[in-house]
Amino acid sequence: MIRPLVTAAGFLVLWEVIVRVTEVPSFIFPSPIAVAEAFWVSRELIGWNFLITFTEVICGLVLGTLFGASNALLLIRSPAARRWLLPFIVFTQAVPVFLIAPVLIYALGFGIFSKIVMTTLVVYFPVTAAFYDGLRRTDPGWLEMARVMGASPRAALWKIRVPAALPAFGSGLRMAAAYAPVGAIMGEWIAASQGLGYQIDYANGRTKTALAFALTVVIALMGVTLYWLVGKLVKRMTRWAGDSTL
Amino acid sequence: MTDAPGIRIEGSLTLEGWPVFDGLSLEIAAGAWTAVLGPSGVGKSSLLRIAAGLLGAPDFTGNVAISDGRPLEGRIAWMAQSDLLLPWASVRDNVVIGARLRRGKPDLARADAALEAVGIAEKAAQLPAKLSGGQRQRAALARTLYEDRPVVLLDEPFSALDALTRTRLQDLAHRVLEGRTVVMVTHEPLEALRLAEKVFVMGAGGVAEAGVPAAPAPREAGDAEVLRLQAELLARLAEAA
Repeated sequence: MIRPLVTAAGFLVLWEVIVRVTEVPSFIFPSPIAVAEAFWVSRELIGWNFLITFTEVICGLVLGTLFGASNALLLIRSPAARRWLLPFIVFTQAVPVFLIAPVLIYALGFGIFSKIVMTTLVVYFPVTAAFYDGLRRTDPGWLEMARVMGASPRAALWKIRVPAALPAFGSGLRMAAAYAPVGAIMGEWIAASQGLGYQIDYANGRTKTALAFALTVVIALMGVTLYWLVGKLVKRMTRWAGDSTL
Repeated sequence: MTDAPGIRIEGSLTLEGWPVFDGLSLEIAAGAWTAVLGPSGVGKSSLLRIAAGLLGAPDFTGNVAISDGRPLEGRIAWMAQSDLLLPWASVRDNVVIGARLRRGKPDLARADAALEAVGIAEKAAQLPAKLSGGQRQRAALARTLYEDRPVVLLDEPFSALDALTRTRLQDLAHRVLEGRTVVMVTHEPLEALRLAEKVFVMGAGGVAEAGVPAAPAPREAGDAEVLRLQAELLARLAEAA
């Protein structure tokens, strides 16, 4: 924990020195101190917009995970769903989300709802793919044992397949946590009236570069914290799997 | 186990277009320990899967007849070379997994008794990852005991263990499974001769019964008759391959 902090501190000092030595104007490349200043001056603006974006990210993450997990369960339970749904799911992933974004914004408005849907879309696929894959790869020996023991397919799903797929589900969830802010920010960047992505766009347009940097740092910290928290949760959920999952 | 039935398997097996055996007929005695030996790929494990109802039409065409005329479903316990312990569940939860899978209430006292019987009562709360190979197979045996079925199918259950552990587990299994109809598939003549009342050799030409020592099982590995019959069995296995 200490070592990355030392690296970060070294990086900040180097950054400050370069800016001072080259005397590059602040609107092109602000020094860390200027960024910190901009952060402090605009702390209320940043805090409020952080809450907006964070709400979008969390809602999208929860919805995408619920949607993805139930889809994976549906796919494993129903051969018909595999035939009708699976090719379609893969097809939708071939369309970049930022191309769907304008359509979503037309349909759902400039507010946070269209951003939540975008985040959900970003989260949905890694969760579905990883969980479905995990469900499919259940040791066939366990399933045969369950059959000999007189288990219904439903009982085998919940008592064997789902717990066995939890590490794979966890990997998908972790990946989703890393992508989720991208979905929300992308939506805000394209069309919004609030949120961190919108504020960066706004600050850039007014050459408030230091503020744009401060907002970027907040987004990065949110992403890292989210990834770390989800990682902790996943580890707790699959402690039995040891360190085999990342 | 008064209701341990005999089983007669007759028929032909084709897997993925390849004939595995044809016109096979095997009689498994009620309440006794039967060993089935044979070279790899001859269909030994498939035979157990047929008996367990895991393999049927269209791959298997034939008949599984039960001496008491009742279906085998729900009367079978299964133990494989891989212990099939669930890594997320404690040893005790693994023992009662059958009850959970049948949506019944697990009898934890009986689970602990089964663990006691196989000598790993103190491991009940641990995860399988903390157990040695021999302890894991003991846990699998405890799970088999908990199921308490008159018919027990064993698919090379001890083959992944070292010689000493294997001998101990063979003796243990023989003691705790006494009175049940046990079918054990193995590639080890010594294992068959130590434990079984009947030994069959499966080959491309069909199934043939082999001689068994007169002494009651489990027999000593160094017993003169065991050793003599082991040499004989090895020769027959070489012929069958």
